[in-house]
Amino acid sequence: MFACVLVANRGEIARRVIRTARKMGIRAVAVYSEADADLPYVAEADEAVLIGPPAPVSSYLDIAAILAAAATTGAQAVHPGYGFLAENPDFAAAVLAAGLTWVGPSPDSMTQMGDKINARNLMEQAGVPVSPGTHEPVADLTTALAAAEQIGYPVMIKASAGGGGIGMTAAADPEQLAAGFETARTRAERFFGNPAILLERYVERARHVEVQILGLPDGRVLALGERDCSVQRRHQKVAEETPSPGVSPHLRARMLDAAVQAGEAVAYLGAGTVECLVDVTAQDFTFLEMNTRLQVEHPVTELVTGIDLVEQQFLIAAGEPISFNPADLASRGHAIELRVYAEDSKRFLPSPGLIEEWSEPVGPGIRVDSGYKAGNRVTPYYDPLLAKLCVHGADRAQALDRAAAAVAAFNISGLKTNLQFHAELLESAEFRSGDYDTSLVSRLRP
Amino acid sequence: MAEVRAEMVANVWKVVAAEGESVTDGDTLVILESMKMEIPVLAEDAGTITRLAVAEGDVVQEGDLIAVIE
Repeated sequence: MFACVLVANRGEIARRVIRTARKMGIRAVAVYSEADADLPYVAEADEAVLIGPPAPVSSYLDIAAILAAAATTGAQAVHPGYGFLAENPDFAAAVLAAGLTWVGPSPDSMTQMGDKINARNLMEQAGVPVSPGTHEPVADLTTALAAAEQIGYPVMIKASAGGGGIGMTAAADPEQLAAGFETARTRAERFFGNPAILLERYVERARHVEVQILGLPDGRVLALGERDCSVQRRHQKVAEETPSPGVSPHLRARMLDAAVQAGEAVAYLGAGTVECLVDVTAQDFTFLEMNTRLQVEHPVTELVTGIDLVEQQFLIAAGEPISFNPADLASRGHAIELRVYAEDSKRFLPSPGLIEEWSEPVGPGIRVDSGYKAGNRVTPYYDPLLAKLCVHGADRAQALDRAAAAVAAFNISGLKTNLQFHAELLESAEFRSGDYDTSLVSRLRP
Repeated sequence: MAEVRAEMVANVWKVVAAEGESVTDGDTLVILESMKMEIPVLAEDAGTITRLAVAEGDVVQEGDLIAVIE
């Protein structure tokens, strides 16, 4: 095992990775921008290096600055967390070229999966179900209109290089496609530096369910259960749970098999996630995309399996055996994650500001992965995630009760948060029933 | 006269409208960016933009003036 790891990220995920590193006796190096000097993860690391001004492009996206920090601190490995450079194959290659261990899959797997069109085509060849859609980038509106005729409306317009729901729009007819196409192209260019667009059949009553996989050095790929991520606003996740209340045992078995197939098709190494769209009415699924990194919502999987996924990432990267026997893999109880965002509970508009009070809930089955404490300033430069409030219960009913109590006990003042929204979500008949889809939030907030 | 103000700390990503332009209720004046989200700032009245107080790249604080419509 390497003796020292640099965590190329910030906030809650940097803190979470540092926690496991220290537990395993690995020295943890944090990097931070001028905006983040006072955050808990900087203080909790064994060493911290200032890498630049607040703008991500000059700090958390600056490959040279991060590698320089690794060199001066003697780090032997780099963990990228999620977001920023985590899915950038050039970064992974640069880490390897510097003689360091990359805690993630090979740059080749990352490249193959990073482009959504390429990933779709590859999965189709591997026998994983994909929804009807385009097989190459859609260059202009004429091509888009012709392709949509073939696929059938409604269609989803997506950035091929995209992620995080940015630039995604549904179109019910040619007029909406014409209106949405240019916007999607502009955003794809702006956010991902690549205007390539993909069209896919849009499923009306859909759940978003993903499978956690772990690729082992001997070539085996394990599936560690699914996570239901259907509670979304602006195509971005707000709450997740496992097991999915909308997936039958038969469908679950098929999805887990397909996820293993997907991982094997790219010789996947380490932790990854295969995202699928579940057609609620048809009880069928299609491949959406693969995330070649640790997922934000990984804690719910950890809560029901008892497995520390970051620990497995470190072990696999170092070429050592994982900490558990795959034959003993079991899921116990039910887990829910609520993303606590710095945004108002009504319109979900960002709300940066100074955190005056911060008091986390504690109790049986409660886990809070947070990035902030009282006195910290939440700045507009990064995403609005303040904390992940996670609960584990013997069953879904107990998890729901614990979640509601934990939301009520979480006290954050000084800026707006979506805690009130979570309280309402947990009380809503639709969420409580388990029979919901990706339109749930728009029904709660018409 | 109607003043349009920023609802939160944000960067001014795009200035869509111009001084002297006439707008109707719901027209986009500028697009702000905060926490990886684009937030369009809309006209809430019909009229003429007599003042546009921000430029692309500016940082606005909550309550800062963005435009005046008369």
